[in-house]
Amino acid sequence: MEAEVVYITLAVVFGIFMAWGIGANDVANAMATSVGSKALTIKQAIIVAAIFEFLGAVLAGGEVTSTIRKGIVDAELLEGTPELLVFGMLAALLAAGTWLLIASRNGWPVSTTHSIVGATVGFAAVGIGFDAVHWNTVGNIVMSWVASPLTAGFIAYLLYLSVQRLILHHDDPVARARRYVPVYMFLAAFTVTLVTILKGLKHVGLHTSVRDSYLIAFGFAVVIALVGSVFIQRIKADPKAEKKEHFYTVERIFGVLMIITACAMAFAHGSNDVANAIGPLAAVISTAKTGLVTANSSVPIWVLVLGGAGIVVGLATYGRHVIATVGSKITQLTPSRGFAAGVAAATTIVIASGTGMPISTTHTLVGAVLGVGLARGIEAIDLRVVGRIFVSWVVTIPAGALLAIVFFFIFRTVLPPY
Amino acid sequence: MANMLANIFGTSPVFPLEKHIGIAFSCAKQLRGFFAAAVEGDWDKAAICRAEIERYEHEADDLKKEIRLNLPKSLFMPVPREDLLELLLVQDKIANRTKDVSGIVMGRKMQIPSQIAEQFLEFVDRNVDAAKQARKSVRELDELFTAGFRGAEVALVEGLIEELDKIETETDDMQAALRGAVFEIESSLNPVDAVFLYKVIELTGEIADMAERVGRRLELLLSH
Repeated sequence: MEAEVVYITLAVVFGIFMAWGIGANDVANAMATSVGSKALTIKQAIIVAAIFEFLGAVLAGGEVTSTIRKGIVDAELLEGTPELLVFGMLAALLAAGTWLLIASRNGWPVSTTHSIVGATVGFAAVGIGFDAVHWNTVGNIVMSWVASPLTAGFIAYLLYLSVQRLILHHDDPVARARRYVPVYMFLAAFTVTLVTILKGLKHVGLHTSVRDSYLIAFGFAVVIALVGSVFIQRIKADPKAEKKEHFYTVERIFGVLMIITACAMAFAHGSNDVANAIGPLAAVISTAKTGLVTANSSVPIWVLVLGGAGIVVGLATYGRHVIATVGSKITQLTPSRGFAAGVAAATTIVIASGTGMPISTTHTLVGAVLGVGLARGIEAIDLRVVGRIFVSWVVTIPAGALLAIVFFFIFRTVLPPY
Repeated sequence: MANMLANIFGTSPVFPLEKHIGIAFSCAKQLRGFFAAAVEGDWDKAAICRAEIERYEHEADDLKKEIRLNLPKSLFMPVPREDLLELLLVQDKIANRTKDVSGIVMGRKMQIPSQIAEQFLEFVDRNVDAAKQARKSVRELDELFTAGFRGAEVALVEGLIEELDKIETETDDMQAALRGAVFEIESSLNPVDAVFLYKVIELTGEIADMAERVGRRLELLLSH
């Protein structure tokens, strides 16, 4: 009994620490596009992020949590020694947290997702045995890391191209924006809602038929588009500002869309990244409580809630500064461009969350930004930095793995056996 | 944590380029006051204008260097980096020519002969107009980038450049007429003064030439 309490306490502490870190740092990427394009103030961005990160984590985060919890490590090998899984998952959490801390100190761009996956694979392969890793799942995860930025980039490219063709290339872009922006709102709301209902809601005990799911998503998206249209109609053209900047009013119309994009991004981020952080926590809790490694119970809701709450605290304490800094640096992402990148990334992430793939929000967003760039939509992208990101992305995996292995052996010696 | 998202954006050259042409125009605009004072022989006032010209020219130079430093080869942009650098270079030449021509006039305290004074001032005015039209055209850069260099915005910029060409042709005609007028009174002038007067007319005319080249450079961007 005593050991169980120790395990869970440690896991909760590490898990909250991770969630806090995500809220403090990672969320900025999801929200900065709307702050940078001045569609939201920082205060509004924090409120949107708090609500939708939380909803995303609770409503759509379950699959990813499950993949981290039991998809990577072959639980059957551990049936007689459940404490090994507990030590390993604790080590993974601590390793990922430590690596993120080291990286932040040194200014390296790293990914929470990659740290967690690297750490989990590391402790399992070395601490338990090479065969303890479901290499198939790991292969799929790594594939999704390649596929997610590509997918997001492709969607963003098409979206921005359509914005140019449908709105920007015409003589009356304001009138055309009023007509087409609600369509984009519908598309964004429909996709995110549909994937969430189809893939996520069973974790909160809601079961709907496929047909109903489509109907609900459709109805919800129509409502969003209608509400959005009302706001769009209320935006008055400003001929004086337009004389200086032709797309002034158009961008303001896209600003309304940007708010919906921000909600979708926060939701998507919550659904994937929060789940990454609390996957190991969930594993520790279910194993410690039942003593069984293969416990098939679903992830307890309170664990998802805890992760969501950690993110919100991180946002409130530290995240606002990061959002402000990032927002001021990405002024090239005007609402029309930021929406294309944001919706593309959010869609990709929510789909990945639905299939349980732990992917990196930031990398997906970077892919989406490159997609807008390919549509000749961004003035200047520094390819050197893009290259550095890819390198740090690869380095993070062995680094997380190495730290996890060290922590695993320490825990195995120090912590009480089950 | 180093923020990946913020760092993948290079410094956009668009706003700085628009700012640069603004400075170059402000520089050229001083020529109106400068020559008006010179014609009246008010060298104190001319000196004030000349100081302004030098200040703007320096400012343009500094900004030019800064833009170049922020355009590394690793940037991924919708238009070739070389074309933007060329555009910057001709923009800068508007300020350079302004400084050159005002330098000669100031240094020699050159008297513009009263017979051609009015015609000369009109010629200066039109050259400054050309620089202004160049500024108007370059200020469309951000819209061009947003629209991906296609569509209605391109037609708009092409119209602006057409207007710029028209102004430049006018300055050419005025320049020819002005040279003719100087030739008429040449014999009454000190030979060295006459030589420099031709030189000043030529350099002033180059302001419109450079403005026109700004238009050509913009056109090159449009054709990508």
